[in-house]
Amino acid sequence: MLDYETLRLIWWLLLGVLLIGFAVTDGFDLGAAILLPFVGRTDSERRVVMNAVGPVWEGNQIWLILGGGAIFAAWPLLYAAAFSGFYLAMFVVLAALILRPVSFKFRSDVDDPRWRRFWDFSFFLSGFVPALIFGVAVGNALQGVPFRFDDQLQMTYEGSFFGLLNPFALLCGLVSCAMIVMHGGIYLALKADEPVAGRAAAYARRAALLFLVLFAAGGVYAWLAVKGYTITGGAAPDGPSNPLLKTVERSSGALLANFAHYRWMMAAPALGFAGALAASVLLGLKREGLALIASGLAITGVIATAGLSSFPFLLPSSLDPNASLTVWDASSSRMTLVIMLAATIVLLPIVLAYTAFVYRVLRGRVTKAYVEKNSASLY
Amino acid sequence: MTDALDVVQLSRLQFALTAMYHFLFVPLTLGLSVLLGIMESVYVMTGKEVWREATKFFGVLFGINFAMGVATGITMEFQFGMNWAYYSHYVGDIFGAPLAMEGLMAFFLEGTFVGLFFFGWDRLSKVAHLCVTWLVAIGSNLSALWILIANGWMLHPVGAKFNPETMRMEVKDFGEIIFNVVAQEKFVHTVSAGYVTGAVFVAAVSAIYLLRRKHVEMARRSMTVAVSFGLASSLSVVVLGDASGYTATDNQRMKIAAIEAMWKTEPPPASFTLFGMPDLAEKRTDYAVKIPWVLGLITTHSVTEEVPGIEELVKRGEDRIWNGLLAYSALERLRANLNDAEARVQLDQNIGDLGYALLLKKIRPDIENATVEEIRKAAWDTVPDVAPLFWAFRIMVGFGFFFIALFGVAFYLNSTGRLLRARWLLWAFVVTLPLPWIAAEAGWFVAEVGRQPWVVEGILPTFLAVSNIPARNVVITLAGFIGFYSALLLVDLYLMVKAVRLGPGGHREISGGAAAPAARSAE
Repeated sequence: MLDYETLRLIWWLLLGVLLIGFAVTDGFDLGAAILLPFVGRTDSERRVVMNAVGPVWEGNQIWLILGGGAIFAAWPLLYAAAFSGFYLAMFVVLAALILRPVSFKFRSDVDDPRWRRFWDFSFFLSGFVPALIFGVAVGNALQGVPFRFDDQLQMTYEGSFFGLLNPFALLCGLVSCAMIVMHGGIYLALKADEPVAGRAAAYARRAALLFLVLFAAGGVYAWLAVKGYTITGGAAPDGPSNPLLKTVERSSGALLANFAHYRWMMAAPALGFAGALAASVLLGLKREGLALIASGLAITGVIATAGLSSFPFLLPSSLDPNASLTVWDASSSRMTLVIMLAATIVLLPIVLAYTAFVYRVLRGRVTKAYVEKNSASLY
Repeated sequence: MTDALDVVQLSRLQFALTAMYHFLFVPLTLGLSVLLGIMESVYVMTGKEVWREATKFFGVLFGINFAMGVATGITMEFQFGMNWAYYSHYVGDIFGAPLAMEGLMAFFLEGTFVGLFFFGWDRLSKVAHLCVTWLVAIGSNLSALWILIANGWMLHPVGAKFNPETMRMEVKDFGEIIFNVVAQEKFVHTVSAGYVTGAVFVAAVSAIYLLRRKHVEMARRSMTVAVSFGLASSLSVVVLGDASGYTATDNQRMKIAAIEAMWKTEPPPASFTLFGMPDLAEKRTDYAVKIPWVLGLITTHSVTEEVPGIEELVKRGEDRIWNGLLAYSALERLRANLNDAEARVQLDQNIGDLGYALLLKKIRPDIENATVEEIRKAAWDTVPDVAPLFWAFRIMVGFGFFFIALFGVAFYLNSTGRLLRARWLLWAFVVTLPLPWIAAEAGWFVAEVGRQPWVVEGILPTFLAVSNIPARNVVITLAGFIGFYSALLLVDLYLMVKAVRLGPGGHREISGGAAAPAARSAE
């Protein structure tokens, strides 16, 4: 049987898989939503955008919901600390995510230009706000956030909503937005027809360029100005899930220390850069399908970079570094990890299989002629 | 301390409002998804276009409702962590798993195929589309199963044990958690209530058309489906929703006693109070109209077993607080020295009552010094609010029996071919439309208010479970939810009414086969 340490490592990887699954699939829905006002100039063009993501976004969003459920099940302390600590930011994300399905539905049910312009804007917000805030959240998680635990493991968070909006976190938010816009633009270049597809491709290439610059800037900023965390004692990889049993030191340069120790980890940021470059080139060659895969790899590289640079930390505490949550002391019990792993091994392949089937059925471009002909039945 | 209490009350209010709002959409999704599956099955078997028309028309209404259900469901998943951080830590090892399973097994199925339900009519064969519709229905119903396993555990926490090293509850036996008797009963009861809601909805919309003599061909068929399905599910919601799960724990027994406003234990079999005016201050029920034997029969399924009254249960609670204090002091010693064998034995012997000692934290932080009066007061805190429970339960049950009668009469008239002429009955369906929602919300009120003061019965009091966040933040989000949700509800109702008014085919006419080749040719 798997030991506790290995299980925790597997669940750390699975957390990454779920976040990547969300960012790669729902990422293009969010990106398409952000691009809607820019690539769609007439009502029909905007409907092309909406119907390109319309049949699939709901399934894609489940990656986020499953991500939330998996954090709750496998990392309950992380779930409790992050969701209550980022309380108001979470509410803003929720409001944006609630706007998304209603924007689709409500917009299409009334044929009035002002009504539709209103829901177009809310649709834009439903893509932009989560893309920005998730990036900001990652930026804060890398720097550590101000929380502590009492001896009953009651958590107190001493930061504020505006404290989350610090320069490094905002930079991460912009990296996230550029990456999502790139991905969404490529998806529209693949799924829409002209003129939407051409415009989307142009935005995607600009976003890819911007992403390369911002991602590099993020690395430099992290190297120069962001403090990292190192475990100095007390942590047993198979010990009890109690974050108060170890000691942690906060110091400059520690955030990138993993990359110095384990050179192979450099593959993650390299994938981020190479993926975005390749996506841009492939888009120029009109190979949209391959470009989408390349930008998916770029997203994978970025999320892996964030995860690897802070490993084994999940959420460091800037207030009381010893109380930081790590892979070794914030997980569920061994039994819960085993049960959930078994369920994932059985169910996730089935999910992937039927998701692939649905995408296959829905293959092909969404054309202007098609949405105009079916103005009553589609979004 | 007052500040902390405010956070508790505000968080409870926010959770109650968002959960009850979410549950405006869930029962209709549960019921309507199955009804769509039935109607489309008839279409595939008979090949009659009118059944396809019915499926698509009710599919449009399903879609508006489903979008709201999904949107408000995300709030539920995030709120445990946002507002109930200590709860999430204390029982997340158990409670998180069914939530994750719900995502893996149910939400993916539902969310992935619902797109094909709407967009796949001309891309799939008849049978393939029918499978898609049923997969959506199965996904919805499976999600109810997992969330009720989670909810059932809060009412009857089996298969878990406390771990002093991590200061939380952990899974001991996952099978016990899944096959929890309370969870199974709640599942059957809740999905049946959803089916009743779906049936009343389809029957009411069909009745409107039949009364106006519009879309009669479709409406009389959808009426037939709704009436048969409604009769079966309204019987199941009452028969299978019976109260045998209420004997499982002290808290569940307290809930029954409160629902019945039964202050003192009666000699078995206990009588059922049909009507009365409960008075918590005087601990008595005025003007009570009682039916002998009935309560004893439905809760214990016997004539000899006793149903304990509130005063007796409070006395038991007091004993459990004393035991809980032994567990608490043992835990304190054990945390100071993990090798203290004596403390471990004392903890193990009294661990089942640790939660009862935590009730004292509302009165004083240093609970080991609590006085006899304080312990008595904490024991009385285990009594939920009697009067609202008493009434909410009677509303739910009264409506439940009314649905059986309504569907029973309609089924009889329909099978003798007289339903379409019975205009009074069609009107009855129209005015019945809001009642299943009222019954369902009353049911949740009974279940969750009746669970108080516990968030997890006997283990964690609600006031301890809350996040350590400023009350101001909860006020902001509470106001945000109320404003935002009210606006969305208005738009939602407007669109529903508009869709019903336009009727099948009038609105969002579904594309013919011509569209798909056009779409494919562009590949």
